[in-house]
Amino acid sequence: MNHLYEYIQSYLKSDQTPGAAGNMFWVLVYIMLVFAALSVAVIAMNWLERKILAHMQVRLGPMRVGPHGLLQPIADALKLLLKEDLIPAEADALIFWVAPFVVVLAAFTVFVVVPFGPTHAITDMNIGILFMLGVSSLSVLGIVMAGWASNSHYPLIGALRSSAQMVSYEVAMGLAVVSAILMTSLNATGTGTLSMIGIVQAQQAQGEWFIFKFFPLGLIAFFIFAVAMIAETNRAPFDLAEAESELTAGFHTEYSGFRWSLFFLAEYSAMIAVSSIAVTLWLGGWLRPFPNLLSGRAADLIFSLVPGATFLFLAAMCFFNTVRMPKHPLFRVQTMGLAGFGVVLALVGLVLFIPAVSFRVQDVFWFSSKVAVFMYFYIWYRGTFPRYRFDQLMQIGWKTLLPMGLGVLILTASVALLQQNLWHP
Amino acid sequence: MNEPNSTLSNLDLETPEKPFLDANELVINMGPQHPATHGVLRVILRLDGEKVLGLECVIGYLHRGVEKIGEHRTYTMFNPYVDRMDYVAAVSNGLGYCETVEKLLNVEAPPRAQYVRVILTELNRIASHQLWLGTHALDIGAITPLFYTFRDREEILKIYERYCGARLTTHAFRIGGLQYETYAGFEKEVKNFLNFFRPKIDEYEELLTTNRIWVERTKKIGVISGKDCIALGVTGPVLRASGVRWDLRKAQPYAAYKKFDFEIPIGENGDTYDRYLVRMAEMRQSVRIIEQAVESIPEGPIMAKVPKVIKPPVGEVYHSIEAPKGELGYFIVSDGSTQPYRVRVRPPSFVNLQALDLMCRGQLVADVIAVIGTLDIVLGEVDR
Repeated sequence: MNHLYEYIQSYLKSDQTPGAAGNMFWVLVYIMLVFAALSVAVIAMNWLERKILAHMQVRLGPMRVGPHGLLQPIADALKLLLKEDLIPAEADALIFWVAPFVVVLAAFTVFVVVPFGPTHAITDMNIGILFMLGVSSLSVLGIVMAGWASNSHYPLIGALRSSAQMVSYEVAMGLAVVSAILMTSLNATGTGTLSMIGIVQAQQAQGEWFIFKFFPLGLIAFFIFAVAMIAETNRAPFDLAEAESELTAGFHTEYSGFRWSLFFLAEYSAMIAVSSIAVTLWLGGWLRPFPNLLSGRAADLIFSLVPGATFLFLAAMCFFNTVRMPKHPLFRVQTMGLAGFGVVLALVGLVLFIPAVSFRVQDVFWFSSKVAVFMYFYIWYRGTFPRYRFDQLMQIGWKTLLPMGLGVLILTASVALLQQNLWHP
Repeated sequence: MNEPNSTLSNLDLETPEKPFLDANELVINMGPQHPATHGVLRVILRLDGEKVLGLECVIGYLHRGVEKIGEHRTYTMFNPYVDRMDYVAAVSNGLGYCETVEKLLNVEAPPRAQYVRVILTELNRIASHQLWLGTHALDIGAITPLFYTFRDREEILKIYERYCGARLTTHAFRIGGLQYETYAGFEKEVKNFLNFFRPKIDEYEELLTTNRIWVERTKKIGVISGKDCIALGVTGPVLRASGVRWDLRKAQPYAAYKKFDFEIPIGENGDTYDRYLVRMAEMRQSVRIIEQAVESIPEGPIMAKVPKVIKPPVGEVYHSIEAPKGELGYFIVSDGSTQPYRVRVRPPSFVNLQALDLMCRGQLVADVIAVIGTLDIVLGEVDR
């Protein structure tokens, strides 16, 4: 018993990820944590997307189920579970059945290497970024399977568009990634790393996020990735695969109920996954703003208060809106619900003020808030841009982003080489 | 204006383009239940990959036999039916019908009625263009303009509601003039709307006009030349965007349009982008017309001397007005009884829809959506 306790304890003292430390207990805990957090994040994204988009479009969005529609995603999930699960008579039943799982599997597996903090990842692979890109591109397979197995025109066109789009944007994406990886080798030993955690540590060691490195080269690479990742996840303005006005719903037209919601889940977790890659490669991953410039105990203390303060601010917003709720008996439950939600947020905020907790969790906070910014941009794009046409999309991918990526890669390599040689003549 | 030319310059409907290599053609059925066909239009597309080789429109899913109904109703009773044709521009439809019957009866609506008619019709043009803009942008993937335009269209509908109680199928006009005097504060409310609406056009344009994706999606898409427009009978903003300066409000002035100072915006390239610009400019011109009309609205009766039972003399008449979508014409044959012998409607949407095949040849599937949107069809009017 004591042995087991020590086994569990041993990880907490190490400065490695559970996978790298070989601690299976914590690996399982982290897998469950990541899975749960991801599901919650997708649910939250669903609500936030509808709310933010609604407010951009002079409407309120969901307001009925729960205070300010907070329970709407849960109601939707329930509805989807209760819906009939249709498999068209002419469809290839087996492939039709497997396709959503392939997509979900690909979307969730990438989170094995996402570094939420130096110790907060399921594992740290020495080929982390390759693993992420490789596994995330497996979802194309699921999409093609779904489109093909539906045995219907619209899903077929949707799947073709989707796979062509994902495959061609991966090239530009890969080039941008390579130029960031090149930057990790700018150290005394001259060896770079593909490990997700190593990449962030390289940024820490070099004292700047890669987005600002060799200005504007890092920025351009980041821009290429930022465009390619929207195309990669099939989101507006590149949401041709599911262009509602043209192809009704693209590759998942024939899907219903829970199977459809799996595609939905996969889409949102893929969005989070690619945003995590962008954050890790260019925006310093879990690093708080100015880790070197504003170092020292005072700055550390101030920044460690930010997570708690953020949650307290959200709680205060909840309470503010609780006061503003209509004073009508019909709204009593909703008002209480909103107040309860505020209390939960406030409690989380207070817990985050405990130094031991905030010391361990603040990395996760910074990482998640950077990803959240990307998520907001995703919604913003959707509210602003019209949709590209397929050939225009391909043109951007092959004729604009690819040459840009190549150029940035060559320039980054040359500048890095020059710098290395000046350092070690 | 270019002289109407009866030759179809590059209109060759018989031979479709040969598909590249020996690829199989893909025949896709778009609609009648489709989010972007603006109702129940069914389009059968012949595709080579995503390229459109040709298409065929199947219409009639919303056929209600409006013209036939007209033969079994008195002239007065038929008036509300026309509102149901182009239901987003019901006032224009009513104006066209009332003026046609007035022409048949040889009466003229009093000046005050004509001014109110112009105000309401131009408001209707703005409302129709707003709905077009919202849905057209939605088809191309910009979802936000729809909500902006609907928010602002609401103000017009409020004016209608206060004037005649209805918002959509208004039945605002009567043969010989108006049934209702304007309500107290009508002028002020219209002026308030104009002041509210002017900056809103800029707001729409800000979202779209210089938006790179919007420009790429609409420029050189669905090009149609002025000659082809005339050959096919295409009218309205589609014709004007192809560079033909033809607007019935100027060419054959009706109602009180002669008294107002306004311009006819025209385009050059006849593509989707130009049609967008033309309609945006038309909204500004409509604001201009309403402004002048509200300023100078005369006092006086609102109804001409029209008998209780309308029995026009034997004869036939054709009268057309510039509806938001193009030339809306009514051809009425009277046999001297209280019911028309024949009512024939020349709906702009129906005629404009004929150009769809020509405009879509060689374009991609996504462009078909854009072109259907830019033609601004209302299926209620196409099928009648």
